[in-house]
Amino acid sequence: MKDEVVLEMKNVNKTFPGVKALTDVSFKLRKGEVNALMGENGAGKSTLIKVLTGVKDYEMDSGEVRIEGNPVVIKSPQDAQRKGISTVYQEVNLCSNLTVAENLYADREPMKFGLIDWKTMNRKSQELLSSLDINIDVTKVLSNYSIAMQQMVAIARAVDMDCKVLILDEPTSSLDDQEVEKLFMLMERLKKQGVGIVFVTHFLEQVYRIAEHITVLRNGTLVGEYETKNLPRVDLVAKMMGKSFDDLAEIKSEGGSTKKDEVILEAKGLGHKGTIKPFDLVLHKGEVIGLAGLLGSGRSELVRSIYGADKADEGELDFKGKKLLIGAPIDAIKNGMAYLPEDRKEEGIIADLSVRENIIIALQARRGMFKLISRKEQEEFADKYIKEIQIKTASRETPIKQLSGGNQQKVIIARWLLTNPDFLILDEPTRGIDVGTKTEIQKLVLKLASDGMTVMFISSEIEEMIRTCSRMLIMRDGRKVGELGEQEIDQMNIMKAIAGGNE
Amino acid sequence: MNNKGFSLKDLTKKRLFMPIACLVVVLLINLIKTPDFFNISINNGVLYGYIIDVINRGSELAILAIGMTLVASSSGGTDISVGAIAAVAAAVITNILSGGTDSVSEFHAPLAVAILAGLLVAVLCGMWNGFLVASLKIQPMVATLILYTAGRGIAQLITRGQITYIRVDAYKVIGSQFGHNPVPAPIYVAIFMIVVAALFLKYTAFGLYVQTVGINAKAARLVGLNPVKIQFLCYMICGLMAGIAGVIYSSRIYSCDANNIGLNVEMDAILAVALGGNSLAGGKFSLPGSLIGAYTIQALTTSLYAMGVSSDQLPVYKAIVVVIIVSLQSPELYKLIKHHKKTGAEKKNLIKEAVQS
Repeated sequence: MKDEVVLEMKNVNKTFPGVKALTDVSFKLRKGEVNALMGENGAGKSTLIKVLTGVKDYEMDSGEVRIEGNPVVIKSPQDAQRKGISTVYQEVNLCSNLTVAENLYADREPMKFGLIDWKTMNRKSQELLSSLDINIDVTKVLSNYSIAMQQMVAIARAVDMDCKVLILDEPTSSLDDQEVEKLFMLMERLKKQGVGIVFVTHFLEQVYRIAEHITVLRNGTLVGEYETKNLPRVDLVAKMMGKSFDDLAEIKSEGGSTKKDEVILEAKGLGHKGTIKPFDLVLHKGEVIGLAGLLGSGRSELVRSIYGADKADEGELDFKGKKLLIGAPIDAIKNGMAYLPEDRKEEGIIADLSVRENIIIALQARRGMFKLISRKEQEEFADKYIKEIQIKTASRETPIKQLSGGNQQKVIIARWLLTNPDFLILDEPTRGIDVGTKTEIQKLVLKLASDGMTVMFISSEIEEMIRTCSRMLIMRDGRKVGELGEQEIDQMNIMKAIAGGNE
Repeated sequence: MNNKGFSLKDLTKKRLFMPIACLVVVLLINLIKTPDFFNISINNGVLYGYIIDVINRGSELAILAIGMTLVASSSGGTDISVGAIAAVAAAVITNILSGGTDSVSEFHAPLAVAILAGLLVAVLCGMWNGFLVASLKIQPMVATLILYTAGRGIAQLITRGQITYIRVDAYKVIGSQFGHNPVPAPIYVAIFMIVVAALFLKYTAFGLYVQTVGINAKAARLVGLNPVKIQFLCYMICGLMAGIAGVIYSSRIYSCDANNIGLNVEMDAILAVALGGNSLAGGKFSLPGSLIGAYTIQALTTSLYAMGVSSDQLPVYKAIVVVIIVSLQSPELYKLIKHHKKTGAEKKNLIKEAVQS
């Protein structure tokens, strides 16, 4: 049964104006297996999936798709679903203002006398979710639940529709370990039922835990398909990057992290009702401070209250030696702060605007409406950063939404570097970004710090923080519960502090 | 592929290609149906002819389209109260000039004071809309519905239900002509407003701010913009534009007929924005697009009159032409056509294969 091919794509080609996105890519998925689709940002993973599921504007130029050996033409995501291919995307695409049950049964509501049978719908929803060990109230509106939970609901919806192929596009990037574990249990169950799973992710560990095969793409071409057990991790990374693995562990020594004593920011009892309990904080010039904690522990909320994204409603903030009253982000920006938000799509990019406009917007906002940055200067700024931090874009006038996730993130980093801040907050800057870009961003952070910038770094990946941070703050349940100095930072200590074992 | 085909293809991809093409088509049809459409003569010292009429009568619409473009871009909504605001402004002006009587042959107050007061009231109306939309987050359609319904009532209250006539030559200037200049005065007013708007957009970051807020208000706030303030400003400007249009309307008929000034013009203004290839859902905008849209609609209205369509049937014909223009600009239509061609070809191929095997 394991060798029975359920989905096959052959010699798929796809060209966008000016870009060859996929060149002769083939892909094979067997019944009851997990095939991990790996590659750096812009390698063509998302494009391949969109082509497969018939997303608008992603019709393939040439190539063939076979389901259980029969050639098919998939016209739309709905059509894909009818043919047994369900997809759960990284960004949850359910309706957050409908109830959980409505989301689960949207478009296929149980009917009674020509009307929606709410009772049955709610009962079936509850059954479905509890069978997957998800215990939530299905009559509540979806937005009441965390992104992680919403993702589980999306998967439940996909699973409930009779599917042969389940595509999970970076499903774990917003989940914590426990939730990932639950997802894996669910995936194992589906494998036993004979469902083939395409698993797109950046997390190597997870791939080695669950996938039988690994398919690697690079620059829109197929590098190869490998059996997981025969492919050492270093080889995988090398194949993804097309070069030998740049030793990540060594970047810190280059950057240097000499202790600097000049205090740049001091918070006294700063807090925001309902999200973050009052906290004290002292930051020095040239430090990289990590914020560690589980999802929902108040990491983002802490920095948001400093930056004024959520206005602090108690406490005091001193910045560069003077007391600051921050009513809105513009006050923070004017004083030399910058903030890269956690949710790139919702709060970071301005999708329809060009790379150039996205880069200059924060500086422009700081200068004010009547001091327009001249077009020539704008172009120089954009070109400078496109070159300096290697933003891959067709041109500076390309709408940012056409860039890959990692490059969008680089544009937002460029936006803030252009304002030349003294204090840069990076909230999950590397989430959903390929290994290569990740290393680049980490190196950049260390370089900025050695130039005297103070950087606050939030990441769900502890290893990454160990590599970059000179000090770490530990968050738990909306409270700052501890600090680790440079000597104490290691995986064990952080885990202990997060878990709060000695209390 | 030859060079000529390539450049033509590039041309059709330009954002303003479709709006301009539509305007040209409307004018071409006129050339065939009403050959004297493009004749221009001088009658009583004023330029006269259908085409002059389009540009002249299109002035108010073009001015309104400026405001509507900003409102649509920043808030993803439309201001349906502009016609009513124009009427309110006209009522205020005529009432001040007439000193409260129904018909006067000399001003009771300086003209400049009256016009400024009218524009001020229009700006206040815009600020009211802006407050409801930007600060209270009421849907633009609902928020502006309030003045849409109440505005004409307020204007009637101001004029006490009468049509107030200002039979003074100085009052007729803006709606007719400046001195012996043969070009109708409203055209100058429109050009002036367009130039001011264009310069403002070119030399300040306002356009960028408006688009940023319209595309992603959350991100806009985090990069240091104040979305509430920017949306508020857009509605305020829209109110001012409605006031200026009101001045022209009123001057043309040297009176204020609160029930009819700018009646239904809000729909034309919204259409102008849409015809210009702008999304009413907010985001990127093109002011030239909206202006071309405004004159296209006016050209349409004037040509239908020229073809002898009576005013009560006018909306039907207008609707038909608008549907055609709007669908010609819809990329979905081309995809649909392409898709049909493609599936047709696929079917043929399948049949071929079947026959061969």
